[in-house]
Amino acid sequence: MTAATALFQVLVFPGLVFLLGIGLAGEFVDRKLYARLQNRVGPPWFQPLADVLKLLGKEKVVPEEADRRIFTLAPIVALAAVAASFLYIPMWGAMPVFAFEGDLVVVLYLLLIPSLTFFLGGWYSRSIFSTLGAVRAITQVFAYEVPLLLALLAPALLAGTWSIAGMAAYYAAHPGYFLVNVPGLLVALVALLGKLERVPFDIPEAETEIVAGSFTEYSGRYLAFFRLAIDCEAIVCASLLAAVFLPFGLGLGPWIGFVLYLAKVLAILAVLALLRTLFARLRLDQMVDFCFRVIAPIAFLQVVLNLVLKEFV
Amino acid sequence: MKTPRRRPGVMLQTLLRSLFRRPATTRYPYVPFVMPKGFRGPPRFHVEGCIGCQMCVRNCPARAITITKVGEKRFEATVDLGKCVYCGQCADSCPKKIIEMTSEFELAQIDKGKLRITFHAPVAPPSPEGSAPAVSQPPSG
Amino acid sequence: MSDKKRIVQVPIGPQHPALKEPESFMVDLRGEKIDAVRLRLGYNHRGIEKGCEQRTYVQDVYLVERICGICSTSHSTAFVQAVEEIAGLEVPRRALYIRTIIAELERIHSHLLWLGVAGHEVGFDTLLMYSWRDREAVMDLLALLTGNRVNYGLNTIGGVRRDITAEEIPEILRVMDVLEERTTYYIKLGLEEETLIRRLAGVGKLSKEDAVSLGAVGPTARASGVDRDTRRDDPYAAYGEVSFKVVTDDHCDVYGRTLVRLGELMESYSIVRQLVKNLPEGPITVKAPLRIPAGEAVSRYEAPRGEDVHYVQANGTDKPERVKVRAPTLANTQSVAKMLEDGYLADLPIVVAAIDPCFSCTDRTISVLDTKRGTPRTLTWDELSRYGIDWHRRRGIDFSKVVLSGGARA
Repeated sequence: MTAATALFQVLVFPGLVFLLGIGLAGEFVDRKLYARLQNRVGPPWFQPLADVLKLLGKEKVVPEEADRRIFTLAPIVALAAVAASFLYIPMWGAMPVFAFEGDLVVVLYLLLIPSLTFFLGGWYSRSIFSTLGAVRAITQVFAYEVPLLLALLAPALLAGTWSIAGMAAYYAAHPGYFLVNVPGLLVALVALLGKLERVPFDIPEAETEIVAGSFTEYSGRYLAFFRLAIDCEAIVCASLLAAVFLPFGLGLGPWIGFVLYLAKVLAILAVLALLRTLFARLRLDQMVDFCFRVIAPIAFLQVVLNLVLKEFV
Repeated sequence: MKTPRRRPGVMLQTLLRSLFRRPATTRYPYVPFVMPKGFRGPPRFHVEGCIGCQMCVRNCPARAITITKVGEKRFEATVDLGKCVYCGQCADSCPKKIIEMTSEFELAQIDKGKLRITFHAPVAPPSPEGSAPAVSQPPSG
Repeated sequence: MSDKKRIVQVPIGPQHPALKEPESFMVDLRGEKIDAVRLRLGYNHRGIEKGCEQRTYVQDVYLVERICGICSTSHSTAFVQAVEEIAGLEVPRRALYIRTIIAELERIHSHLLWLGVAGHEVGFDTLLMYSWRDREAVMDLLALLTGNRVNYGLNTIGGVRRDITAEEIPEILRVMDVLEERTTYYIKLGLEEETLIRRLAGVGKLSKEDAVSLGAVGPTARASGVDRDTRRDDPYAAYGEVSFKVVTDDHCDVYGRTLVRLGELMESYSIVRQLVKNLPEGPITVKAPLRIPAGEAVSRYEAPRGEDVHYVQANGTDKPERVKVRAPTLANTQSVAKMLEDGYLADLPIVVAAIDPCFSCTDRTISVLDTKRGTPRTLTWDELSRYGIDWHRRRGIDFSKVVLSGGARA
């Protein structure tokens, strides 16, 4: 593709601008569903946009003892990493903006960066609550990354390729096989709650315990970027799950494909919102215990199952 | 009672049912809200019957009431709503029962001066039966 | 594991999202585990006891009521009971019944509020939303019966100010039915919801011996198996004429306190129904003298949080000589440090919330500790006033324009 087309696709559609729009819409869906499940009204559709605009207009305060460079760069790096990873995920149609063999691993790596920026931003804020939140965030990463990676790599093993586009093509050709990956889907959904720091795994940002965790000292446009990064991370991870575990309808043409994509992402966000409403917050030790004793073994079994199946396919 | 089974997500049914019901939130202020009968809002003094005994002044826990004499058997009452605790003791203490607790509750003001409400005495001296209604200043805005 | 791992001092309070009211818990943290907790009280001190001395008894009823919004009728009734005892007044039975009905309705609203707050502290906001939605039913009922949702202003010296009419009684019974059904659901939730039990069970342990030696009261003590309830042990108002169970539990932790409060809710519904059924006819108040004869009385009341003690000393004038309030949270706060020993930081909010803290009730006294000699000292009113002015003057505040009450200049 030409440089102009590439630039347009990266920055506008389906790149940054599109992602931001869908991210804000996703936040609205999540908050509205959360409210309605609790018998409340919920925010109007423009609330996430209004929140971001309000934050952009507020004074940005950098604490005196904080490391200025890392403090200010962390939010932008988070948003950049999320936006970059979005480019490799096929949404409608089998081809993402860019694709190459091994891009699944790159995407997973890029999606780890936001969690690291939460840790770095919190640590270099040099305030008590931020440090506690940062340490909890990084501990949580160890707990959920293992099952999440295993669950996401299992379908790749069955498809025999490390490229997401390649996996999509494989499953489009053998549509029944995605049923094999359903346990992996369930594991990925639970681990995703940890990645997105949602109840029951919102320990790093436990409002009643450590004020706001890593984000305690953030305000103004830095906080806006962090929030945008989190919203977009939800969309990107949902898209990744849709691409890896629900790879049907990819060949039905752009318009139907787009609608189907939105439906899949919406369904995943709805499930996440429901899980958020249903449970209380776990303690860090309980969460690590749960991840390593319950969902990591299931993910491991999924990998073994796929490897065995590969031999007979 | 069957033995409880411990499981996560007990509230699932209730939550899903709430999705299809109207929210429990009252959409105030788009929907007006009316307080129940007997609600203790700001007091209103029907000063044409006031005898100036100052029982209300003495018993008010917040010292929010002032009664001033403006003429022969004519009194004026001022209530500082900023100090009033809406307890209704003035209404109970008044021997002539001329104090009424209204049901207003939208009393917010930016200007504290507007919170001092004066109930002026009627212009003419009160007639034996009934009297001209007292002119009172309701809170504005 | 080296024991010299760094101890981090985390200030929980006075401003903290976990605390609904300001109080300072200085936590020494090692990793995620709590090493020690230092408690400082007094942030909500408003000089109410002194204020009572400068107002008449009638005014004091309303002042004492506003010590706390959630247990307002507890303080009001305890105060009024003490004054009535000094004055030797015989309160009519109907008034006692009405007082008890409102007291139980307050207990209901307070426990439902606590349930929501507990849910919020463990991140279970859904429980918060649902329990507070149900609480609206009892708030609306209280607004109907007394004229306000909090600070009911129902008590007066010698009885109550407002009667319960025949039209209001079906509404009371209807609300009790609705709430009983909802509370049954919350009990089911408490017994079955895995994530909730995991956060509440095994947390904030307080053995029975510790509960007794640290002076815990109310649901905090009853959850450790201490069978004390002022309503049964020292019946006041109409409690001598209703039958109810005192709910105790043996879990000795936050889960036990949850179960005790839920059990008390069910008992309250039963008590209100009994009272409404047997409501006697008669006057609702008896004439009280303006000047209360000299004497003193101690009055105990079972507030939703525990035993509330009021002491009133009268000197023959229309203003009390001394009013002293010992709120239940003051008795329970000392056990918090014990409960948090060797716990996790994540458990601190729920442990503090489990004693149902009401720091507005608690902060009645300041003890001045002479740090050089380690002995407490008493300051007179004037000494305290001058001490405060000096303290601020040393920090640069200009007092030349300030006129103290009584005309003296600072």
